[in-house]
Amino acid sequence: MTKAGAPEKLIIDGKRIDGRGFEEFRPIEIKVANLKNAGGSASFKFGNTFAQAAIFGPQEMHPRHLLDPQKAYIKCRYTMAPFSTKERIRPGRSRRGTEISKVSKEALASVIFLEDYPKTLINIYIEILQADATTRCAGLNAASLALVDAGIPIKNLITSCSVGKIDGQIVLDVDGLEDNYGDVDMAIGMIGNENKYVLLQMDGIITREDLSKMLELAKTGCSKIFELEKNALTEKYKTGELNEEKHE
Amino acid sequence: MESELFVNERELVIPGQTLAKGLDYLPSSGCFRDNNEVKAKLLGLVRLKDRFVSIVPLAGVYIPKPGDGVIGFVKDMQTSLWVIDINSPYDSIMLLGQAVDEYIDLNKTDISMFYDIGDVIYAKVLSVSKSKSVHLTMNDYRARKLIGGRIMKITPSKVPRLIGREGSMIEMIKDKTKTQIIVGQNGIVWLKGEKEALAVKAVLTIENESHTVGLTDRISELLEKESE
Amino acid sequence: MKKSMNKSFVTRLVGKGERADGRQFDQFREIKIETGVIKTAEGSARVKMGKTEVIVGVKMSVGEPYPDIPNEGVLSVNAELSPLSSPQFEPGPPTEEGVEIARVIDRGIRESKCMQVEKLCIEPNEKVWRVNVDLHVLDYDGNLIDAGGLAAIAALLTTNIPKLDGDKVLYGEVDRPLEIKDVPIPITTTKISGKLLLDPNLDEQDAAQARITLTSTKDGNFCSIQKGGRGYFTKEEIEKAADLSILKGKELRQLLSV
Repeated sequence: MTKAGAPEKLIIDGKRIDGRGFEEFRPIEIKVANLKNAGGSASFKFGNTFAQAAIFGPQEMHPRHLLDPQKAYIKCRYTMAPFSTKERIRPGRSRRGTEISKVSKEALASVIFLEDYPKTLINIYIEILQADATTRCAGLNAASLALVDAGIPIKNLITSCSVGKIDGQIVLDVDGLEDNYGDVDMAIGMIGNENKYVLLQMDGIITREDLSKMLELAKTGCSKIFELEKNALTEKYKTGELNEEKHE
Repeated sequence: MESELFVNERELVIPGQTLAKGLDYLPSSGCFRDNNEVKAKLLGLVRLKDRFVSIVPLAGVYIPKPGDGVIGFVKDMQTSLWVIDINSPYDSIMLLGQAVDEYIDLNKTDISMFYDIGDVIYAKVLSVSKSKSVHLTMNDYRARKLIGGRIMKITPSKVPRLIGREGSMIEMIKDKTKTQIIVGQNGIVWLKGEKEALAVKAVLTIENESHTVGLTDRISELLEKESE
Repeated sequence: MKKSMNKSFVTRLVGKGERADGRQFDQFREIKIETGVIKTAEGSARVKMGKTEVIVGVKMSVGEPYPDIPNEGVLSVNAELSPLSSPQFEPGPPTEEGVEIARVIDRGIRESKCMQVEKLCIEPNEKVWRVNVDLHVLDYDGNLIDAGGLAAIAALLTTNIPKLDGDKVLYGEVDRPLEIKDVPIPITTTKISGKLLLDPNLDEQDAAQARITLTSTKDGNFCSIQKGGRGYFTKEEIEKAADLSILKGKELRQLLSV
């Protein structure tokens, strides 16, 4: 199963091709409230993977026949920009996009207080502007922060990362090369740093033991993402009180 | 089981953050109970009152409450009622009887003579039913049609900051800019006057920095500097 | 109305440790598998799981390979949640539910490498066999992924590659059987009232907090995992679902006598 252009090895001298350790993330960059029009927005980067999320609502719900008298209705749309991959992606709905939209929506809905806004619609948009694997995870992190920015009540932040298996070694945060030529890709989404998995998708072949190890590694990764997300929010909305105290 | 409070008044908290533990503390607006803990469900500033812990959010849409004064836009009409957009996911209705005192013969009168589509009004929220059916009334001394001027939108939860303690902030802006300003609880602000632009700038500054300390002084400075 | 009444009834019942039809939590409904049911298909299977009934038809056609794997056959899995199977399905383009089911079943087959795609090359870079797996739901009473996945592999195991005359496919004339060297079986574990169950009927599915599907191979490994629904699973629950998947996968494989 040698694909065209496959590198001979994905692990050289105990390091991955980009020099990372097995449990190391690519550089992560987070921006909250970076769009002016959306009710809430945030962007999230894992290295070269760049996701932008925007939230509109709660707003009036249409179509009326889908309106829920007891809770908010959520729509979530995950798309990849045509220029996000080396080969241009034709714009429009894709089956992959539909599936990722669904699982992303379900992960986010697990923490939203939907009953607080009956009869309304919450629109979540996730756009991948640059793709280097782990796109749905970046999108989920961005959407979670966008929900906070939009003032939509949630139980906790959602944290998401990927785990893979390359050259038989389990690794954190799969990049494009590793996704294409590696053995396994697993996307995980969790509630904060709690033992609660809200998104889990895997393809490749793993043993039962692999599964436990990968779930554990994912949890460690998500805990780190949790700290970064919390920092991004408190940095953005510093009240200046600490600064004031220092002056005195 | 011991109760403990982990946050101070006006502290910035994020959703999921534990604010208190034990049954002595009760979750109010913006908070929820998770087993033994009171947690925030919104990003905002902590407010403590007796045993109640609540959050003043930094963002969010307007949810109508009875008694609120709101600025709305007439968006539709039927024979004896108006549909008013109050900047909320929930539309509101104003019945003829809540807007007009005199007897009206509906066979001879089109209600657009009182309020027409596109009109801006300041009204009071009369009632909000459990199914989120919102009714407005003009039966309030402040209620009227707003003519001319301009409209701004701010985050509804920042309205108290814009108004200030006992109206101090808004009066300062009105005074220094010689502008009439009406602030709706729904985040809509109507301005009309001499130095409208300066008033708008002050309002925008409050919108962006409402959560910070020392805001009142900064607004005062801004108004002094630019009124010269 | 009926849906929400059933939901609270099922939730309460499961909370007490019972199921409306008296089954154990890890018990499947009665399963019936029939292959070769569609004469116009190269392979087919009908699976009944309780009242759920699905048919999978496998059609083979000649097409172009994917540019990055120019010498391999192409697998395509589609699911039709036919309106005749349930009042809740309307005619129209695939819903997100239908797309998810098709893609989960697809990945189970694809990632297990059970279909020897290298042997489906006709002319390198030019022509390969396309294996079109179409799932059609006839009666909807829950657990479509498991029923559909079982029907898909049952159909593939009995699929024959038709003869080729130059460019023309001679449908009806058999060249050789499609070689399938593993038997991936998806098993979905459903969480209701904090408890884990297998093979939910429609009422149980509607009351579910979440579900997780693990597709296992003959040697007890996993080739695909998909969590769905708005609830969550703890690590221990996922591990329990994994163990159930291996156990039940073996049982269902025996029904296919492989």
